[in-house]
Amino acid sequence: MQLTLDEISILCVYSAMVVYAIAFIAFSIDLARRSAAATAAADAAARVEVKEAVAVGAGRGPRSAVAAKPAASVAYGRSPALRVGVAMTVLAWILHLSATVLRGLAAGRVPWANMYEFALTGTLIITTVFLIVITVSKQDLRFLGTFITGLVLVLLGVAALNFYVSPVPLPPALQSVWLVIHVFVASASVGLFALGFALSVVQLMQARRESIAATAKAAKLTFLATLPDSVTLENLAYRINIIGFIMWTFTLMAGSVWAEKAWGRYWGWDTKEVWTFIIWVVYAGYIHARATRGWRGSRSAWLAIIGFSTVLFNFTVVNLFFKGLHAYSGL
Amino acid sequence: MTPQSDPGAPSRPADHIDSTEADPGETPVNQPKLGFVGWLRFAWRQLTSMRTALLLLLLLAIAAVPGSLVPQRSSDPNGVTQYFDNNPTLAPILDGFQMFDVYTSAWFSAIYLLLFVSLIGCIIPRTKHHFEALRARPPRTPVRLSRLAGYTERPLPVSTGSTSEAAAAAIDSAAKQLRQAGYRVERYEVRGEPSVSAERGYLRETGNLVFHTALVGVLVAVGFGGGFGFSGQRVIVEGQTFVNTLAAYDSFNPGRFFTDTRLTPYRLTLENLDAVYETRNQDAIGQPIDFTANVTVQDQDGEPEDRTVKVNEPLYTHGTDVYLLGNGYAPTITVKNAEGEVVFTDAVPFLPQDANLTSIGVVKVPDGMPEQLGMVGFFYPTQTELTSGAYTSSYPDLILPVLTLNVYQGDLGIDDGTPTSVYELDVSTLEQLSGGKTGVDSIELKPGQTAELPNGLGTVTFEDVTPGAAPAVDVDADADAEAAQERNYAQSVSRFASFDIHHDPTQMWVLAFAALILGGLLVSLFVPRRRMWVKAVSKPDGSVVLEYAALARGEDPGLEDAVTGFADKHAGPAASVETADAPEKSST
Ligand code: HEM
Repeated sequence: MQLTLDEISILCVYSAMVVYAIAFIAFSIDLARRSAAATAAADAAARVEVKEAVAVGAGRGPRSAVAAKPAASVAYGRSPALRVGVAMTVLAWILHLSATVLRGLAAGRVPWANMYEFALTGTLIITTVFLIVITVSKQDLRFLGTFITGLVLVLLGVAALNFYVSPVPLPPALQSVWLVIHVFVASASVGLFALGFALSVVQLMQARRESIAATAKAAKLTFLATLPDSVTLENLAYRINIIGFIMWTFTLMAGSVWAEKAWGRYWGWDTKEVWTFIIWVVYAGYIHARATRGWRGSRSAWLAIIGFSTVLFNFTVVNLFFKGLHAYSGL
Repeated sequence: MTPQSDPGAPSRPADHIDSTEADPGETPVNQPKLGFVGWLRFAWRQLTSMRTALLLLLLLAIAAVPGSLVPQRSSDPNGVTQYFDNNPTLAPILDGFQMFDVYTSAWFSAIYLLLFVSLIGCIIPRTKHHFEALRARPPRTPVRLSRLAGYTERPLPVSTGSTSEAAAAAIDSAAKQLRQAGYRVERYEVRGEPSVSAERGYLRETGNLVFHTALVGVLVAVGFGGGFGFSGQRVIVEGQTFVNTLAAYDSFNPGRFFTDTRLTPYRLTLENLDAVYETRNQDAIGQPIDFTANVTVQDQDGEPEDRTVKVNEPLYTHGTDVYLLGNGYAPTITVKNAEGEVVFTDAVPFLPQDANLTSIGVVKVPDGMPEQLGMVGFFYPTQTELTSGAYTSSYPDLILPVLTLNVYQGDLGIDDGTPTSVYELDVSTLEQLSGGKTGVDSIELKPGQTAELPNGLGTVTFEDVTPGAAPAVDVDADADAEAAQERNYAQSVSRFASFDIHHDPTQMWVLAFAALILGGLLVSLFVPRRRMWVKAVSKPDGSVVLEYAALARGEDPGLEDAVTGFADKHAGPAASVETADAPEKSST
C-alpha cells in the first residue's frame, strides 16, 4: 500500500493530537500538584506561625496573619509532570510541523488556503509561539501549557474531523504572494492573542484571589498561589498582546493591499474585513484601557478576553456562516 | 493643557494613568461658577479624555457588527434585494435605521467623527507639548535615588587626586557614555553632590503622535479619494474594443468631485481570454487555475501595446487600474427573418450561474420581425443531461457546448426610453413561442448550427467562431451526433471578460499613511522612554559612592537591566560581595 503525502500528513495530525492529549494531561497534573504544594506550604507556614505565637507568648499578636500569606507566591520547585508536558508539547509540535509541511508538499503550495489548512497552520503557530515564549520569557510560563495544548487539541480535532478537504490547487483569486504574507502574519497574531488571552484569564483569577486575600478572608489555596502575581501577569499579557496587535495591524494593511489587487478596492467592508477591523479596534481599546485611569487591571483584561473571543468568532462563525468575498473556507 | 507634576513628561489627558489625579477638594469649589466658556471647556476636556476615546473605540467596534450580519448595499446589493424579498416586514424597519448602509450611516459616521474630533483634540496639545519637551532640559536629579527602579550603587574608583575631583570625573564620563547611548544629558549639582540627569526615548512619543496623526491622514485621504475618483464596469467580448469614455461604461460610479475631463480616452481591446482549468487532480477537476486577459492598450495617437490582466495582477494604465473581475461565454447568435435578412447578429454575454459555467443570456430583436422578438437562452459549455432530463454543465471549458433558446414575442418594453438590463427580459407581457408549456420544443444548438424559429418567423444560428470554421449547417442536417462529439469545440464560442476600471488619486496617500501608522506603532511600542540618573553621593564615613537609578515613562520591561548594564559599563561590575546595606532591587 502506497500512502500519499496527504495521507501521511493526516497520520501525523492524528499522532500529534494524541501527543497533545498526553501533554495536556501532564500539564493538568502539574496544576493539580501546584494546588497541593500551595496547601502544603500554607500548612507549614501555619505551623510556623503557631510555634512563633507560642514562643512569643501572649505578645502583641502575630505580625503576619496566616490569612495574609496566600497572597504571596508559594515557591514551587521542580515538577516532573511539567517537564513531561513540555517534552510532549515539543514532540507534538514536531509531528504537527511535519503534518503541515507534508500537506503543503501534497498541495504544491503554502498550506493555508482553506479552513482545514488555516486550522492546521494556525494551531501550529499557536504552539510555536508558546514554545518560543516559554524559552524567551524570564518568567516561567510553562503553566500556560494546559490552556495552549487544550486549545490546540480542540481546534485541531474539530478541523480534522469537520473541515478536512483534499488538497486542491489555488483558485486564481488566491494566487498571490499576499496569501503567503497576509494569512501567515494573521495566524501568528492569533497565536500571540491566544497566549495573551490565557494570561489575562489567569490574571483575573489571580486578581480575585489577591483581593480576597487582601480582605484577610481565608483564600482557598489553588495552583494560583504558585503563579506570578496579577500585575506581573498583566504586564506579560500586555507585552504579548501588543506584539499581536502590531502583527494584526500589518495583517489588516496587507489584506487591503491584496484586496486592491484581487478585487479592485483596498477596502469594501466585506464581512471578513469588518471583523478584521472590529478585532483591531477592540485591541486598540485594550491598549488604551491599559493607559486609562480606572481601566488598568481587571477591566483591560476583560477587553483582551473580548478581543480574543472576536478572533475566535472571526475564525469560526464568520468563516463558516457569513457570506462574503472571503468564501475560501473550502467547505 | 493638563496640570502635571512633571513638566518633562509627555502631555496626557487628565485621566491618563501617568497623569496626577486632580485634587478632589478643588473641583466642587469652582463648579457652580462654570460659565458658558467654562462649560465648553469642560465638555472639550471630557471629549478629549482617555475615557471618552476608549468608549468611542468600543462603540465603534460594536457599531461595525451589524454591517456583517445584514447585507450591505455597497458590497452586496443583490443580497439586499433578496433580504427585502425574504423579510418584507423587517427589512423596511432595518432600512429606517440605515442597516443596509451601516458604514455610511449617520450613527456610524457620528461615532467615528466624534472619535476623530477627540483624536485631533488630543493630538494638538500633545504635539505642542512634545516640541517643547524636545527642547527642554532633562529634569533635575531627585534627592533620593534609592527608591527608584533599578537602584544600584558602586564604589567610586579614586586613583589620584581628591575624591571630589574623582567624583566630578566619574559623573563627566557617565554623562559622556549616556550621551553616546542616545540620551540627552544635563549636569546638576545638588548640595555639593555632582550628578547627571539623562533622558532618552523621545521617539516613543513621536511615534505615538505620528501614529495618531496618520490615522487622521487615512481618514482624510479616504474621504477625498472617494470624492475625486470613479469606478466603472465594462464587459468586453474577445475582439471588442472599449474606449475609456463615460458612454462606454456599462455602469459608472463617479465620486462627488468627479468631472469627465478626468477620463483619458485610451482604447482597450480584449484580444483573447485564456482560461485554464484543472484536468488532473481528481478532487478538483474543472477548478479554475488561471484566467489571463490578453489585451492591447492604445493611446489616441500611440502604438498599440500588448498587456495582460490577471485576477491578482491588475493593469495600471493611463491613471486607471483595470481589474479582471469575471469572465464567461458570449455565444455569437445570428437571427434572420422569414425573408432571410439578418435582423440580429452579435456576441451576447451570458452570465455564469455556477462553477461549471451554466450561463443565462438574453437576446432582444427589436426590429425586422413582425413583432419584437425576445429569446432567453441557456448555455452549457459541456452539456450533460441529468436524470430528470434537465441539462446542466459538467465542466467549465468547451467540450460539448450547447445553447438552448426559448422564444418570446411581443413588446420588449425597450422603446419607451426606460433603461433596461441587457441581461434580463421581462417575459410577463410577452407571448411564449417555444419551450415551457408551449408544446414546442426549445431550440437547441451546437456551434455552427442553425434552427428554424417557431411559426416560420425565420432562423437562428449559433455561430462557430473557431478561426476557419465551416459555415453554419442546419440543425437537422447534422445527423451524426457522434461525429459532433468528436469535434474540437475549444475555440467555437467567444469569451468575455468583465473589467472593473478604477481611478483613485489618493490611494497612494492612504498607503503612505498606513505605512506611517505601522511605523509609528512600532516605534511607540518598542522604543523605551526612560530617565536615568547617576549621582556621586558622600557617605557619612567620608567615602563616596556612585548611585544609579532610572524611571520608566510607560511600558519598559528592560529598565532594570539597563541600569545595571550601564553601571557595569561605567564603573565595572558589582563587587562579588554586596554591601550589606545595599537595598533590595525593587521588583516593579
Ligand atoms: C482613532 C482612534 C484611535 C485609535 C485606533 C488609537 C489607537 C492607539 C494605539 C494602538 C495606541 C498604542 C500605540 C501607541 O502608543 O502609539 C494608542 C495610544 C495612545 N492613544 Fe490612541 N487611538 C485612538 C484615539 C485616541 C484618542 C482620541 C486619544 C485621546 C484622547 C488617544 C490617546 C492616546 C494616548 C495618550 C496613547 C498613549 C498611551 C500610553 O501612554 O501608553 N488615542 N492609541
